[in-house]
Amino acid sequence: MSMPIATTQPVERETYLNAKYGVWSWLLTTDHKRIALLYLISITFFFFIGGFFALLIRLELLTPAGDLVQADTYNKLFTMHGMVMIFFFLIPSIPAVLGNFLVPLMIGAKDLAFPRINLLSWYLYIIAGLMMLHCMLTGGVDTGWTFYAPLSTNFTNTKIVEAGLAIFISGFSSILTGLNFVVTIHRMRAPGLTWSRLPLFIWAHYATSIIQLLGTPVVAVTIVLVAAERALHLGIFDPKLGGDPVLFQHLFWFYSHPAVYIMILPSMGVISEVIACFSRKRIFGYHFVAFSSIAIAVFGFLVWAHHMFVAGISVYAALVFSFLSYAVAVPSAIKVFNWTATLYKGSIHYDAPMLYAFGFLGLFSVGGLTGLFLAALGINVHVTDTYFVVAHFHYIMVGGALMGYLGGLHFWWPKISGRLYPEGWARLAALVVFIGFNLTFFPQFLLGYMGMPRRYYDYSHMPEFQILNVLSTAGATVLGVGYLLPMVYFLWSMRYGKPAPDNPWNAAGLEWKTASPPPTFNFDEEPVVTWEAYNYEELDAPPRTQEVPVGR
Amino acid sequence: MYFGIWAALLVGTFVTYKAAFIELGPFNAAVALGIATIKATLVALFFMHVWHASEKLTKLVVIAAVFFLLLLLGLTMSDYATRPWS
Amino acid sequence: MADSTLVGLQHGEEHHPELLHHFAEPQQQRDAASLGMWVFLATEVMFFGGLFCAYLVYRRWYFGDFGAASKSIDATLGATNTAVLICSSLTVVLAVWAAQTARRMLLVVMLGITMILGLAFLGIKAIEYKDKFEEHHVPGASFSFENVPIPGHPGQFANPRHAQIFFSLYFVMTGLHALHMIIGLGIFSWLFTMAWKGRFTPEWHTPVEIGGLYWHFVDIVWIYLFPLLYLIDRHP
Repeated sequence: MSMPIATTQPVERETYLNAKYGVWSWLLTTDHKRIALLYLISITFFFFIGGFFALLIRLELLTPAGDLVQADTYNKLFTMHGMVMIFFFLIPSIPAVLGNFLVPLMIGAKDLAFPRINLLSWYLYIIAGLMMLHCMLTGGVDTGWTFYAPLSTNFTNTKIVEAGLAIFISGFSSILTGLNFVVTIHRMRAPGLTWSRLPLFIWAHYATSIIQLLGTPVVAVTIVLVAAERALHLGIFDPKLGGDPVLFQHLFWFYSHPAVYIMILPSMGVISEVIACFSRKRIFGYHFVAFSSIAIAVFGFLVWAHHMFVAGISVYAALVFSFLSYAVAVPSAIKVFNWTATLYKGSIHYDAPMLYAFGFLGLFSVGGLTGLFLAALGINVHVTDTYFVVAHFHYIMVGGALMGYLGGLHFWWPKISGRLYPEGWARLAALVVFIGFNLTFFPQFLLGYMGMPRRYYDYSHMPEFQILNVLSTAGATVLGVGYLLPMVYFLWSMRYGKPAPDNPWNAAGLEWKTASPPPTFNFDEEPVVTWEAYNYEELDAPPRTQEVPVGR
Repeated sequence: MYFGIWAALLVGTFVTYKAAFIELGPFNAAVALGIATIKATLVALFFMHVWHASEKLTKLVVIAAVFFLLLLLGLTMSDYATRPWS
Repeated sequence: MADSTLVGLQHGEEHHPELLHHFAEPQQQRDAASLGMWVFLATEVMFFGGLFCAYLVYRRWYFGDFGAASKSIDATLGATNTAVLICSSLTVVLAVWAAQTARRMLLVVMLGITMILGLAFLGIKAIEYKDKFEEHHVPGASFSFENVPIPGHPGQFANPRHAQIFFSLYFVMTGLHALHMIIGLGIFSWLFTMAWKGRFTPEWHTPVEIGGLYWHFVDIVWIYLFPLLYLIDRHP
């Protein structure tokens, strides 16, 4: 391929965007890139719905008294915030948008293994999303996103079955995406692309897919049991009929803990790509980072009862799970060390994606370390169900996963849209997000440690907590602005942004060896890979002179 | 060869059925599940062609599925089995 | 566009009509389909696994009551159903062999017999469910399980609430299994139609193979359900 020359005139070449026009060419597409964009629009929509609920929550918490909404309504707000953000934003986000778009490109394939199943995944997601929307508009659910029995099975009169069905269907969307990725990565790599030459983004998505495949079915069948119990009073989770509510928690968390790794692993994959590119270096300890992804996927299945330390499980089981929870932190730490080592003596460029990566490194580390606080049984008893937990998981989910998503969107935006986003605004937005995030969630660590319980709409018996809550709400407003900015300038760039060359970052990876945006079938010729991953030395080497060294 | 496996499966079913009526105490469950596992293994290895699978990957997928199932059952039981000790 | 579909072919060979354009060659497509089905079956293992987990917990807690409840379902019908499914697995594997060796008539016959056996299984299941309905053993408002002795403990009667848990798991597990059978019958009727039209050849009969894998899996689930549900405690 010729060296990319920055051009100001868009060449009217066929790309996946202009290959066919018309609504049906999008709604019936099997092109993984178009499906990725369909997901991008849908999950952005649900992100703002979830964000709207967050806004109402934070508004309520501005004052100690429960004066904005009633208790029942507040219960519905935090429940819907959680369900929408987790099942309809975070879990699909990177895999369904960036993964769908990039996995075939990064491995030199023309599409995923099962393009029609990919489209089906999106439709299942939409059906589930519409069902969830309908559920929310007609009363919603008030049990918390964790819908514990027997509240969810016996006592609540909100729309559990409908919400459960929506989550069930979205689960199948997730399973099918994972299935597609696993088969694609095994079967459709370009010649020469061995496992050790794969981008770490691919390793991360492979590990994520394993979790999606093996974990989601368990929560799916649990939802079936909850629905059956609700309809027929079977007694499976009802203590009055001989059932055990803790069994629900075991089955629920068996999926929901690995689910958090579904949410963070793809983001870690993005970070690997971004850090390598903007340090102009191969990721330090490539194999450690690759295998740590698999280790996180496997170990993630061993720790679920750390959500149940105070639920009534046996102390001996709690000990085992606490120990295992410390173990699961190790592979994540290995990644952080290796990313940091990559930065050392790298040639750092502070473009927007890299700013998000820096944000990720700091915030994920805080979130991860506070997880260790929670894994300690003694501390857990005091901070469980307080804002400490809320802050912990938001540091990882928002400070980690969402930063990775935004960083990835920026990094690959030229490839996806064929346009460059405005760099100045992007750096500003990254800064606003970082400041807003910390202002929102750091006070919550303090609140939790001091004893403010989560899921309470009224804290008037602890009015001293107001100042920190006010800070948190102020931060949330700033954070909201930070999220709106990219929406605006990405849309702006689609019309007015500078056309992007094939490889604006001079990055390593097969996706950069094809046009921006790519043609429908990705590559003009099937690539044959003869180089190692992250070959930044070659990419940055000065152009060869005419002389050919003797002996080659 | 398929007929041989088929016959073994039917014999296994018959033995399981008959053995259930004999008083073996806790071994009833072990016998029944043991025979069931043998039958399942035969179906997987020979009817589903895992034995002659050209790739290790097929076997790995089967082993992984069984492993994670046992993880679910085993670690959950680690709670229930040790609750009386608390 | 036409050029792209030819990318990846070597030596100017005609591509097989069933080859999808994003694959380079038929073997890759076959391998992808096969791996896809195996991975899907792994998810199914976990799907049923959640139910087995619930079953395991309650069987340990309420062994006597579960024994009493288990004794009230018909083990002979259960054993018959097991034999029916085992025979159907045999016919499936023979169908795959028939497809591999271009024996169209045998393939069609084997697929047909498989479906008949599947229907027989569902029929026997229906009889069992009817019996349970008549005995008021279906969980819900009209459930009743009074004065049923616990096997091996003369004088002790089963707790109806715990028996209801058994029957809940019984109906959910066998019901889910039956649903998978019905889906299997749907898949096989499609295979039957395709085979009848002669669409399968030794070079391409992937749907038969992966449909077969699915059917065997459903058989394996039943192989475990039978002893666990029907044979808990049958001693006289």
